[in-house]
Amino acid sequence: MSPILQVKGVTKKFGGLTANNNISFDVNEGEILSVIGPNGAGKSTLFKMIASFMPTTNGEVLFNDERVSNLSPHVVAQKGIVRTFQETTIFKSMTVRDNVIVSHHLRSKANLFGYFLGTKTAKSDEHEFGRSADDIVDFLGLGEIRHELASNLPQGHLRALGIAIGLATNPKILLLDEPFAGMNHDETMRTVELVRGVRDRGVTVLLVEHDMPAVMNISDRIVVLNFGEKIAEGTPFEIQEDDKVIEAYLGSEDDAIGI
Amino acid sequence: MLYKNKQILGVGVFLFVIFVLIPWLIHVSGRWDFYYTLTSVALLSIASGGVWLTFYIGRINIGQGAFALAGGYVSAILVVKYGVSFWLTIPLAGLFCAFAAVLIGFPILRLKGVYFAMITLVLTEVARLTALALPITNGARGISSIPLPGELSIFGLTIIPDFSTIENVKLAFYYLAAVLMVVSFAALYRIVNSRIGHLCRSLQQNEELASSIGVNTAYLRVIAYAISSFMGGISGAIFVAISRSIYPASFPVKDSIDFMLNCFLGGLGYVFGPMLGTLVIYFGWDVLFTTGKYQLLIYSSVLILLMLFLPNGILSLRLPGKKGASK
Repeated sequence: MSPILQVKGVTKKFGGLTANNNISFDVNEGEILSVIGPNGAGKSTLFKMIASFMPTTNGEVLFNDERVSNLSPHVVAQKGIVRTFQETTIFKSMTVRDNVIVSHHLRSKANLFGYFLGTKTAKSDEHEFGRSADDIVDFLGLGEIRHELASNLPQGHLRALGIAIGLATNPKILLLDEPFAGMNHDETMRTVELVRGVRDRGVTVLLVEHDMPAVMNISDRIVVLNFGEKIAEGTPFEIQEDDKVIEAYLGSEDDAIGI
Repeated sequence: MLYKNKQILGVGVFLFVIFVLIPWLIHVSGRWDFYYTLTSVALLSIASGGVWLTFYIGRINIGQGAFALAGGYVSAILVVKYGVSFWLTIPLAGLFCAFAAVLIGFPILRLKGVYFAMITLVLTEVARLTALALPITNGARGISSIPLPGELSIFGLTIIPDFSTIENVKLAFYYLAAVLMVVSFAALYRIVNSRIGHLCRSLQQNEELASSIGVNTAYLRVIAYAISSFMGGISGAIFVAISRSIYPASFPVKDSIDFMLNCFLGGLGYVFGPMLGTLVIYFGWDVLFTTGKYQLLIYSSVLILLMLFLPNGILSLRLPGKKGASK
């Protein structure tokens, strides 16, 4: 099976600083792949380039063998690569349900003028989006609070809403930026189940994360970055045994003596 | 359903008031000068409605005066120099402004917050200076003695008679402005309450997220700005027909700021906010005229107090919790 997403020699330089250096890996359809690494390893930068929120300095990202790097975010989203955000980025003054409804944009069949006139297509769109939003909201356990303003939600629900927004776009690949950050053990475990559920709906998941136990639990494969370089790639088990990874996270013995 | 009936009743009452009750009251009281005031309020609220739409996508627009001026000049030049029917120049003025907004909007709508506001403020001044400099606008002398609107007929059927044959021109202009206001705000209401409004709010609240869910943010911003400027253009065109003259200083920076204040005062969350805001500001200013040299002091103090204590506008008093924007 050919990979759904190929990252090929992607490099990002900010002036003299190399945030990502010649990074390559493949993402297979239907897997959960995590990108991990210490702070400042270049994970978020890599994410932004995959979602075309930032141009690459060198290299390219292919989605189903089609180049998707260096485009506009909305164009990449149209193709099926959708990114959620590190912070709890949502539409704050809308209700939970409205947040999800508006995110159905890519499924629109009518155009703006059609919505203005209220054509048949536009009406069926609006009906369909409402139904689908209810479905997604229930799936992510937000059913009880669907009419709550998003700005009133607690952290755990906000994260779920972020995933709901991503799902509403009907993505082929969902990029989750630190979905477990700032969560306690229970919340993390619940979110892990949600992410699994998302994958079971046929969405490939690519996530950036710090939380090691969660990553080891959820991932099919893991890519490890350190100082902007890829230092390892493999199953959670292989990664746990990898000397370079242990060194990156715990420091080498020489370093320990140096301190 | 009950809510819907109430809405229809509200619209009915509103239409009755502006098309029947007000003309009747004026007729009875003999205060013909009110026609001019109310016509101005209607036209200014159309321009303010446009500004409101740019607020709705999250941009502070202090440049509507530029488009009102441009619309006025387009209409005046077409009528005086090319003999085009005034009625045709209304949509043409609007389209000219919408087109100009697309050209200007693409680069400047990338800016946010106070930076966009500053550029639009400059725009008003640029429009004034352009009108001063161009030969076609006749410089500082402007264009005057513009003929009254002629007859509007389709296939020989007279829809609107020649204004110079009408006995009561003030009433005719009042009806024209009121009809346009109703149509403009009906269109705005439709935009806001359809999915387009939803998308506009997504822009207002978080552009980055909006683009990541696939919204073409640049395109939507320009569309909203073009509609906004269209409304500025048509209101400018009619103003010119009423005053029968236009000068580079017809729409100064103060007007641009007023358009914005009207939106603030009425309420940014409510489609009909700019209409109410315009009425209150226009009449408020006139009423304060009796206070002489304290007029500006009282006026500005009241505005500051209103913004402090009613940050969501006057309409938030009447509809607590039911924000028109978050339906």
